[in-house]
Amino acid sequence: MNIIVLAKQTFDTEEKIVIEQGSISEDGVKFVLNPYDEYAVEQAIQLRDEHGGKVTVIAIGPERATEALRTALAMGADEAVLISDEGAALDEHAVAQILHAYVSQQIFDLILGGNFSVDNGSGQVAIRLAKLLSIPHVGSITKLVIQGGQAEIERDAEGDTEQLTAALPALFTAQQGLNEPRYPSLQGIMKAKRKPLQQLSLSDFDSIHSQPLTARVSVSTPPPRQAGKRLSGAPAEQVQQLIGLLQTEAKLFT
Amino acid sequence: MTTVYLAIAEVKGGALRQVSFEVITAARQASGEGSTVASVLIGSDVSRFANELAAYGADHVYVVEHNDLTHYNAEAYDASLQAVIQAAQPKAIFFGHTSIGKDLAPLSAASLQAGQISDIIALETDAASGSILYTRPIYAGKAFEQRTFTSAQSVVTVRPNNFPLPSYETGRTAPVVNIAYPASTLRTFIRDVVTQAAGRVDLSEAKIVISGGRGVKSAAGFKPIEELAEVLNGAVGASRGACDAGYCDYALQIGQTGKVVTPELYIACGISGAIQHVAGMSQSRVIIAINKDPDAPIFQIADYGIVGDLFEVVPLLTAQFKQQLKSGSVD
Ligand SMILES: Cc1cc2nc3c(=O)[nH]c(=O)nc-3n(C[C@H](O)[C@H](O)[C@H](O)COP(=O)(O)OP(=O)(O)OC[C@H]3O[C@@H](n4cnc5c(N)ncnc54)[C@H](O)[C@@H]3O)c2cc1C
Repeated sequence: MNIIVLAKQTFDTEEKIVIEQGSISEDGVKFVLNPYDEYAVEQAIQLRDEHGGKVTVIAIGPERATEALRTALAMGADEAVLISDEGAALDEHAVAQILHAYVSQQIFDLILGGNFSVDNGSGQVAIRLAKLLSIPHVGSITKLVIQGGQAEIERDAEGDTEQLTAALPALFTAQQGLNEPRYPSLQGIMKAKRKPLQQLSLSDFDSIHSQPLTARVSVSTPPPRQAGKRLSGAPAEQVQQLIGLLQTEAKLFT
Repeated sequence: MTTVYLAIAEVKGGALRQVSFEVITAARQASGEGSTVASVLIGSDVSRFANELAAYGADHVYVVEHNDLTHYNAEAYDASLQAVIQAAQPKAIFFGHTSIGKDLAPLSAASLQAGQISDIIALETDAASGSILYTRPIYAGKAFEQRTFTSAQSVVTVRPNNFPLPSYETGRTAPVVNIAYPASTLRTFIRDVVTQAAGRVDLSEAKIVISGGRGVKSAAGFKPIEELAEVLNGAVGASRGACDAGYCDYALQIGQTGKVVTPELYIACGISGAIQHVAGMSQSRVIIAINKDPDAPIFQIADYGIVGDLFEVVPLLTAQFKQQLKSGSVD
């Protein structure tokens, strides 16, 4: 079974956001493999170990994104591809177009991606890709079993669980709870250094694909929230006081 | 012909979800005067909701009904919406940023070769350029960006609970346009849907959220939180700490890798206030923290803090609210 995993490198979720000269500063920022994509990589490795085949991880991003791909290789993926986008302001449409141009030339049974990336958070790219490839997709999955050319899936729909069957080839996006991603072992990290990591750039694709259809106009951070009142007294008094303040100050329950 | 803006309605548990009306507001704000805002109903037995959408300001209501559409199925819903798009030729489509909207919108955007701006919380017209600027959180609310479209058609998803409801006009009606379900060979089938306990308030639309963290110490420890939620008609949320420990379902997780909520009131019980958790709730209007550690970082962002044992404080709160709600001084 040939499995393609869509991956992105993102800020570590511990990072605070600092804006400098109108854009988000990357100074001293720690980057990681997008946490949702980790679930996708883990699932792909498990399926390959069960059914045989190959796991190829693809990222579009700057040069530093090779780090995230090395992490995926160290976890156990077989090959990686970086499509370098240095400097280009791509949107989800453009990223999906480029991925489509690449993936449609590959042989695959399954495509896995994260539910969304923890930076941009729009969750469009994988689903757009499924549509462009004319393959079915199921988003936000928490369980995946492959049997006889079919996938049995559980999808998280705002707390409800939908149980589906899908014909392959298909694309799925991983939700938290799908699995417990492994940490790369030392041996895995060593092995990853020798695994194939192909580097492409936008110039390898028709320039029409990298035309975005939306553009960022500005970016800002919300005003920091101030610490408010610390209540005091016996618990019962504090509770009484709190309900009073909620009504008089916060204008709730009035 | 006037320009058409589509606003996708959603039905859940036998009623229209509130976001169905909020997308009418967003579409109206984007379209300005003189355009048509049309609601879209996809499902089985959903045409009965057309009047309510009209009362909330829909100028037309497109309806696609079929048994295949009883539950959300991406392929069947996408095909239905494509048929509506064919008929309506919209300039823009507004979805809720919900389980369905998040899944369906990118399919429409890809088909139309249109840009999509996801999870907007506001929109405004730029006085200088006349273009519409859409505001959306990024990094789960640690920052915000404004985006604009360069494509002719636009696809937008709207975060629930951020746009006001349009005014309700009793008896207002709108033409209903029935669109035939374009039967297609489905490659995905729903076998079953396991619904969560009925009557639970939906997290993303709740006005009040009460969350438990690792401090609740067990699944049973969520009981006082659930009781407070019931009295306040609020939703129950959780930190990842509580989910990881198996005290509750991941569906309740709030934060950078969970749900982002913006209720009127957020009550954090036994939650330390890690940056990933705070990202998902810091835009709540009023925040209360209950934690026995006076140095817990959650107190730095809380409007009201109670240092104490949640197992003592939360039941007291529940009892007080219950009493005051009964006597009518709180409603
Ligand atoms: C990639 C990544 C993504 C993440 N995403 C999320 C996310 O989306 N959402 C999220 O929440 N976290 C997320 N986290 C985890 C986050 O870093 C914290 O570990 C988590 O939020 C901690 O949960 P907690 O506050 O419940 O637990 P703890 O940090 O253990 O805090 C428990 C608190 O309960 C208090 N307490 C204990 N007993 C009582 C009592 N009887 N009464 C009152 N107070 C009591 C303690 O004083 C303490 O402050 C993520 C982490 C990573 C690495």
